[in-house]
Amino acid sequence: MINCCIRKIFPEIENLSNGLIKGDTRSIAKALSVVENCRDKGELLINRIFLETGKSSVWGVTGPPGSGKSSLVDKLIEKERSLSRKVAVIAVDPTSPFSGGALLGDRLRMQSHATDPGVFIRSMASRGRLGGLSNASFDAVKIFDAAGFNTVIIETVGVGQSEIEIVELSDLVILVLAPGMGDDIQAMKAGIMEIGDIFVVNKKDKDGAEKMKTEIEYALSLKEGHHKGDRSNVVMTSAKSGEGTDMLHREICDQVKLSSSSGGLRERKLRNTKKEIERIFNMKISELFYEKGVMSSKIEQAAVEIQNKSMSPYEFVGKEISLFKGANK
Amino acid sequence: MAKKRILIAKPGLDGHDRGAKYVARALKDAGYEVIYTGIRQTPEAIVSTAIQEDVDFIGLSLLSGAHNELFPRVVELLDNKGAEDIIVFGGGVIPIDDFDYLKSKGVKAIFTPGAQIKDIIDFIELQN
Repeated sequence: MINCCIRKIFPEIENLSNGLIKGDTRSIAKALSVVENCRDKGELLINRIFLETGKSSVWGVTGPPGSGKSSLVDKLIEKERSLSRKVAVIAVDPTSPFSGGALLGDRLRMQSHATDPGVFIRSMASRGRLGGLSNASFDAVKIFDAAGFNTVIIETVGVGQSEIEIVELSDLVILVLAPGMGDDIQAMKAGIMEIGDIFVVNKKDKDGAEKMKTEIEYALSLKEGHHKGDRSNVVMTSAKSGEGTDMLHREICDQVKLSSSSGGLRERKLRNTKKEIERIFNMKISELFYEKGVMSSKIEQAAVEIQNKSMSPYEFVGKEISLFKGANK
Repeated sequence: MAKKRILIAKPGLDGHDRGAKYVARALKDAGYEVIYTGIRQTPEAIVSTAIQEDVDFIGLSLLSGAHNELFPRVVELLDNKGAEDIIVFGGGVIPIDDFDYLKSKGVKAIFTPGAQIKDIIDFIELQN
């Protein structure tokens, strides 16, 4: 019933959906722009293709700037293509908070695949989102999934310690590190070190690479649920020469297989869907609040009063929420 | 709101990427989303990238003298793929005598050394 209405109102969305489900490149590209630029149409599009999703294996690649994420993704594409699997890549780079512009340079390292019809690479600007992804990344995965890509790889912006949203969007997270970025305490901290399913010490030919691997393995051995003799999930690579990338790919495939047979993957997907619902709720609720544009002027006024100590920030927000509740009774 | 997306690409065999990088950076600072693909790209790779990235513009930079072959080839491939809506402009060391030919082949504007970034932005903003 809903689908029927959409067809009438938005033939454009209907055409895009049909095209992308067939795997048509231009339709996929345009659909990605729709979810980036136009939330309302994007929602309709996702509703329309939703039945076709859920088949892709979704890998997240994250790590600090310059650790070699893009170059490793390039190698992973190669391995997947040798198995005749279709690969899509979403490469996120930061948007400037000053100009709103972005320089998207990840695919520079992946251009050897530019004319391979089995590979689709899309650069995305983070557009103000701070968790390492962009708002549209979540829907972009669904589009590639519905378009029949076997593997979807998401490369986050270069991250620091706490940008861990990638865990909510992927079946498995590959954390790429390079030597020279801190001592063993860094490996024990909370945040990004806790989300890796596979740890990569890239630039393995550099000084300190072996030591870094040992430190990460030690930090991981302290984790609950770790058993002595468990296989190490730390892989050393050189994305430049390709050394170790076979082993990394094998480790990924093994983990994917293991988690789908153990039921871990199903659990993770369920957990991620819950997170997704919360994320959409939060987004829509804050939009409701800000929608008529009155809130920003109220906030401006309140800021002065709070500075003058005529009320506390909690009092202001509490008052606004009761007003909102009253208006929606 | 839709942000304008621009692919800055270097076809041909020269490695002089300073101009292309300068323009890419300056357009980022002007608020556009710029995709940079590096040197030595074939027209086929450039067009395929432009379509996947759903860009509004392709800026081609070339300093080796092969612009009369490679720029029109990019426009032609876009046409073949039904992507003639993507606007192509060029830059680099390009003799003024070649401007008319390139424009007749669908290259919308040429910016040579000394061009102001403001002129490129004005050109972009004038297109619809």
